[in-house]
Amino acid sequence: MSELANKPLFDGPEWDFELLGRTYHAIEEIGVGEMGLNIYKNQIEVITAEQMLDAYSSIGMPLMYRHWSFGKRFAKDEMMYRKGARSLAFEIVINSDPCINYIMEENSMTMQCLVLAHAAMGHNHFFKNNYLFRQWTQADAILEYLAFAKRFVADCEERFGVAAVEATLDAAHALMNQGVSKTAGPRRRFDPAKERVREQARRDYELEIYNEIYRTLPAPGAKKERDRPEETAEQVALRLPEENILYFLEKNAPKLEGWKAELLRIVRLLSQYFYPQRQTKVMNEGCATFCHYEIMNRLYEKGLVTEGSMLEFAHMHAAVVNQPAFSDRNYGGINPYALGYAMMRDIKRICLEPTEEDKAWFPEIAGTQDYMTVLRQAWADYRDESFILQYLSPQVMRDFRLFHLKDKGDNPAIRVEAIHDASGYRQVRRTLARQYDVSAQDPDIQVTDADLSGSRRLVLTHFVRDGVLLDKDECDRTLMHVARLWGYRVRLVEVDSVTNKKLREHETLPLP
Amino acid sequence: MNIVDRRLNPKSKSLGNRQRFVRRAKADIRDAVKDALKKRKVSEVEGSEKITIRSKSVREPSFQHSRDGGNRDFVLPGNKEYRTGDRIPKPQGGGGGGGGGKASADGEGQDDFVFTLSKEEFLDVFFEDLKLPNLVKTQLKDMKSPVPQRAGYTTDGPPAKMNRVRTMRRSLARRIALKRPKNEDVRILEEEIARLEAESPKNDVLIAELRARLARFTRLRQTIAYVDPMDLQYNRFDRVPRPTTQAVMFCMMDASASMTEPLKDLAKRFFMLLHVFLTRHYREVDVVFIRHTSTAAEVDEETFFKGVETGGTVISTALEEMDKILKDRYSPTDWNIYAAQASDGDNIPDDMGRCMEFVEQHLLPACQYFAYIEVSERSGPGETIVWHSYKDVAERNSRFAMRRVTNPGEIFPVFHELFSAKADA
Repeated sequence: MSELANKPLFDGPEWDFELLGRTYHAIEEIGVGEMGLNIYKNQIEVITAEQMLDAYSSIGMPLMYRHWSFGKRFAKDEMMYRKGARSLAFEIVINSDPCINYIMEENSMTMQCLVLAHAAMGHNHFFKNNYLFRQWTQADAILEYLAFAKRFVADCEERFGVAAVEATLDAAHALMNQGVSKTAGPRRRFDPAKERVREQARRDYELEIYNEIYRTLPAPGAKKERDRPEETAEQVALRLPEENILYFLEKNAPKLEGWKAELLRIVRLLSQYFYPQRQTKVMNEGCATFCHYEIMNRLYEKGLVTEGSMLEFAHMHAAVVNQPAFSDRNYGGINPYALGYAMMRDIKRICLEPTEEDKAWFPEIAGTQDYMTVLRQAWADYRDESFILQYLSPQVMRDFRLFHLKDKGDNPAIRVEAIHDASGYRQVRRTLARQYDVSAQDPDIQVTDADLSGSRRLVLTHFVRDGVLLDKDECDRTLMHVARLWGYRVRLVEVDSVTNKKLREHETLPLP
Repeated sequence: MNIVDRRLNPKSKSLGNRQRFVRRAKADIRDAVKDALKKRKVSEVEGSEKITIRSKSVREPSFQHSRDGGNRDFVLPGNKEYRTGDRIPKPQGGGGGGGGGKASADGEGQDDFVFTLSKEEFLDVFFEDLKLPNLVKTQLKDMKSPVPQRAGYTTDGPPAKMNRVRTMRRSLARRIALKRPKNEDVRILEEEIARLEAESPKNDVLIAELRARLARFTRLRQTIAYVDPMDLQYNRFDRVPRPTTQAVMFCMMDASASMTEPLKDLAKRFFMLLHVFLTRHYREVDVVFIRHTSTAAEVDEETFFKGVETGGTVISTALEEMDKILKDRYSPTDWNIYAAQASDGDNIPDDMGRCMEFVEQHLLPACQYFAYIEVSERSGPGETIVWHSYKDVAERNSRFAMRRVTNPGEIFPVFHELFSAKADA
């Protein structure tokens, strides 16, 4: 059977829902049937540009509680968009089950086709199969949890006032990056129905124990409640150091009301939900870009898209994977689409037509022919850091002309440590991989001491790596937020992680 | 797979968040607006939309690595010339940003946050707790000028107001109801008769019958008019009294040499605020600029603020000029009149009596509000001549207000005080 005998699915930019459906099926046939992708059921939602802007500002989620910072993001995005400084993304995809793909009404049919292949196949497969997502996120529960969060925040605003809720959320947002547990503990599913019951039970209990008379004798009653038994304090102390500051505050802050703790919990769970995405930018985008490239080409080979569409596609694809050099004025860091796509295409090349160099570097995959199995396995079992460490080939380093610079704080010059040559490959690769290790890039701050019965002082420690201290201004402002949640004096000590030498100290009191 | 059309879902989901943001940034936005005012012309103030705020209150802090100090490693793409071991001098001033591109890309928008405020939001923020003094509002209610407003139809009226569509509609209905023969019917009948006449053996009976019908048609057409007086419909207008919504603002300023540039700048800002404020409340605002030394003249904005003149100071000349213009062009029955006078408090002592007389007897009865702003470089003790005399006027008249301003920061508070919502009392 000649594949060219197929009639193109579409010709021209116009699209309708029926055509979208047919195109999706053709894409799914290739993605699932030929490439062996394993995806969640897709839900494709067509939205307008304005709705896309809306979605942007709430971190891409379809539901979100209200907070001014989302309004700030919206104002900024809208401004950039109106100025023409930035165009909107063609799609947004949400790690949920069913997987929600937002596509824009303004897209031409070729773009819709590209977007479906990119998001509904590539991202979707990645979300469903990558170990980080499987371990840390519950795709089937996230939307319901957001609905709960939204309702809960609105409810709190009604009961305690917008200002009080905003103040707590501000503080929680400031600690968002410190609200992640990086090592997998016993996995607990969050079940929105149970969350609601738990929250209701807590409130009911408060009502139950509420007695007007006790309100008139605050001192002894309050003291009794606050004065934790000696061994509990000990226990808490035993669980230190704790890297998840939000978690620690949620559980242990002495003056934190129940609803505030619940707000912290919401922010912490959201932060945890997004943590895998932060760690897999290159892989996630690379996977989606690789998929759309393969699928579009297969569609063309089957005669399902016209040459005109392929030209339009090629133009967009080239823009997506463009990597300006560091000296270019358009340079804004390494483009994750470009790097991810280049690495995955290179894996395909190594599997199909390995050179001698490849055989030496990647003996286990060179020449195996079945590149999809290799890629699927990589997508499932790696994150950016380990993926680069494992698969970044000399070929890609040469293509990108990667080089490693070292900036020693007090040195007047920056030294070129390694470049894309035989003696430098491994070092460039190692450094680049480290650059993608989120836990190495975020400051390492831990709760190291908390005095619950005496001075009630909370001590955080920043383990300084390579002598890079915290930004003082930002640090002081964030500490104010910590103090607000903790309720008492908070001290942050910066110590060198190697020598344990104390480098700097910040301290703050909560505002009355 | 499932395709859903969400395009009709409610838009502006972010509106609530945006309002929260604007409320939060209000203090900063107000500062930014004040900055914007400095650069604009009196009548251009409202054009401003793009607002840059120093994001104090909308900052979202987090624990971050400092940008300088320590040992850092970078991997960058696009190496052209470097070999292992090369040394690249650090860029001057940059604290070891390493990849120069990186630093500049990140450096954007950390402290300054630029965004667009809609005109409504802009002015709302600006005048949030200001309103026209109460006395002006009562005045507003009393002043009415009738405005024609549609009020249905009538059967009587001047030809110019006839509603042709409605008239013809009634005419048509009446003609159909009374079975008035149409032109078409008459024509067909006449043709039929002509044809029958032309036939060789004439059918006289038929012809006679048709002629009788034609005669009846003609009679009917004569008795049933095409347009009867009872069809006529006229548009009807009521004259509804409406409060006047136009205002004129008189800016009077001493232009003598003692008014230095900084002092003029102070005055200008006050005038600007007043202008914006009035355009918020009135549909149209005229601005009249009068400047004076020992003589007064009406000038354009440019000359008003920029021009320098030499000469003494006789304030009453400006007041006279204002009175003249009022009488010529702005009748108090049609216009809301505001006057703002700025001076450094200097005047010929003999002139003050005349000034007070003019203000109290001629101008104040016509004005909604008369504000006197005294600008000076220092706030020293003691009173100027003008201040001393005007104080009495202010005591006697609630529509007269006076304030002293020594630096730009005071302009808004003073303005605020003059027009604050509390002025109800």
